[in-house]
Amino acid sequence: MSLRVYVARRILLAIPMILILLTIVFLVMRVAGDPVSAILGAHAPKEQIDKMREKLGLNDPLYIQFLGYLWKVLSLDLGRSLIWGQRPVLEEIMEHFPATLELSISAFLFGVVVGILTGIFSACRYGKLIDHFFRVYGIITYAIFIPWLGISLQLIFGVYLGWLPTSGRIDPLMAPKTITGLYVLDSLLTFNIPSLVSAIRHLILPTVTLGFYLSGIFTRLTRAHMLNVLQRDYIVAARARGLSERKVVYKHALKNAFIPILTMMGLQFAALLAGAILTETTFSWPGMGTFLTERILYRDFTTVQGTIVFFAFLVVLVSLIVDIIYVYIDPRIRY
Amino acid sequence: MTSMNRKPLLSLENLKVYYYTDEGVVKAVDSVSFNMDRGETVGLVGESGSGKSTLGLSILRLIPPPGKIVGGKVFFDGIDLTALSEDEMRKVRGKRIGMVFQDPMTSLNPLMKVGDHIVETIVSHEGVPREKAVERACSLLEDVGILPERFNDYPHQLSGGMRQRIMIALALCLKPDLVIADEPTSALDVIVQYQILELMRKLKQVYGMGLILITHDVSIVAEVADRIAIMYAGQLVEYSDVNSFFNSPLHPYSEALLESIPNIQLSDQKLKYIPGIPPSLINPPKGCRFHVRCPYAEHRCGEVEPQTVEFERGRFVKCFRYVE
Repeated sequence: MSLRVYVARRILLAIPMILILLTIVFLVMRVAGDPVSAILGAHAPKEQIDKMREKLGLNDPLYIQFLGYLWKVLSLDLGRSLIWGQRPVLEEIMEHFPATLELSISAFLFGVVVGILTGIFSACRYGKLIDHFFRVYGIITYAIFIPWLGISLQLIFGVYLGWLPTSGRIDPLMAPKTITGLYVLDSLLTFNIPSLVSAIRHLILPTVTLGFYLSGIFTRLTRAHMLNVLQRDYIVAARARGLSERKVVYKHALKNAFIPILTMMGLQFAALLAGAILTETTFSWPGMGTFLTERILYRDFTTVQGTIVFFAFLVVLVSLIVDIIYVYIDPRIRY
Repeated sequence: MTSMNRKPLLSLENLKVYYYTDEGVVKAVDSVSFNMDRGETVGLVGESGSGKSTLGLSILRLIPPPGKIVGGKVFFDGIDLTALSEDEMRKVRGKRIGMVFQDPMTSLNPLMKVGDHIVETIVSHEGVPREKAVERACSLLEDVGILPERFNDYPHQLSGGMRQRIMIALALCLKPDLVIADEPTSALDVIVQYQILELMRKLKQVYGMGLILITHDVSIVAEVADRIAIMYAGQLVEYSDVNSFFNSPLHPYSEALLESIPNIQLSDQKLKYIPGIPPSLINPPKGCRFHVRCPYAEHRCGEVEPQTVEFERGRFVKCFRYVE
């Protein structure tokens, strides 16, 4: 099977996944409450309710509603917000998404790098004190409550030490010209050093908070798989050829231990999004998380539904990417 | 031990390797001494668990924890390997002593092209440019009977026999003075076993390296080795040249070992075997470790450990029957 066939097959397999997902979102939203009373309030007159039901198509049979919904989603129409000028949901999402993407990327990198390095370190010192320390570290970080950690960091580095800002993405009036919407990247692209510094300073605490939470599972997973791989014959054989310990550990062992780690990266992506919501609220980060919690409080039905679909699409996309990366790491998958 | 005036290639002096397990100290290699010369092939024979693989790994100081070299010395070309720093030892591994492992299916990194294994080894020891190492790897592949086109194959695309050829190429790629082959044919089927042995014999003539062939199969030793070392329960019980050994084995264990080789001409005979089981290496029997299974055992065999004596020039045996 060639690489192209493999990738095409993975993409085709993503289609039923998306259909199932849309069905679930559709059904859950039908039982989650009456959108009409959400829009008009509980005490609206009957004629107005009937009019609104007609307007939203809620009097049609369920399957017609479903097909209509499917068609709209597939034509990238996630509906309009129920509040504040009723802007298209997708437009609002795209406004807030870059902030979340920026935070997610930096937190994910931080968490994965810290997790993998501590895991390797732990495995290479199996049974020693530092190994026990990182095992406990793995449990604590995985169990930690993000807002608590965020508030603690804000208190220490923001309030007591005064080193870092505790909220927002960038200092007022410092935002770089929008190219990608990622402030760090945009600052770099426009050679805007002051806004780069400001963006990075704002990014540190949320990144550490979310990254710390993510790192624990990678510490434990990396440690377990490295311990397993380090006992394999090909590791002894690599040492017997006189390769340096660094090469043996990072080139031979880590690459083999990386496949399950990669799987976990894909799975943790959902945890990353959930964690991003909590981190954003803690740090008033103007991203999807803040946006979503705000709209849930306002019972902005269509926006919440649209955001869920958007997140779900992302998770499907990431698992697709992970499946494709596998092929590049493990030659045995394709053939 | 020997009265050679030349420096031996490898000389073990009372080597002791113990595993510190939860059940107790496993004395896997207990005071083993022998010398081998350049270009010689020594067949190291013993049952499973007799310590022969541990002995092979301990020469390269690659005993996995909880194992440890607790005593004795390993002189290689006059250098005491047990006294080298880890970094100096790393330069010996692969470069001066190569190793072939038992299971070719698991001894190659599954995510790495077979050719890159060789290139990596050459580059990391000699720092030559990659293209040069690739060239050498390809000619080496030819030497071991693999088409250079297979350079870009991954291990799972090769058969067991081909993978073992790759392992042999890896052991030889830096022209070492000594190759330790730990049961190189045990995981292969019979026809391939023969091909691999033939290949090793041929390469020995070309490369002229010394070879320690670890095996449980005495008949292999008869075919390829110059000398034979018999291990029993962590100790060397007999060390001899191959001809004298097969004509007249000295140690009762060696004798029993040779008798237990099935003879195809006498097929109606019952298979002979050595009664009893190999002893525990945590609590080995007092005295001679073989005395419980030995047909010639006397009272003193269970009391004191016999010394190794030189029965004839170059023939060593650890048994009271040869002590005056």
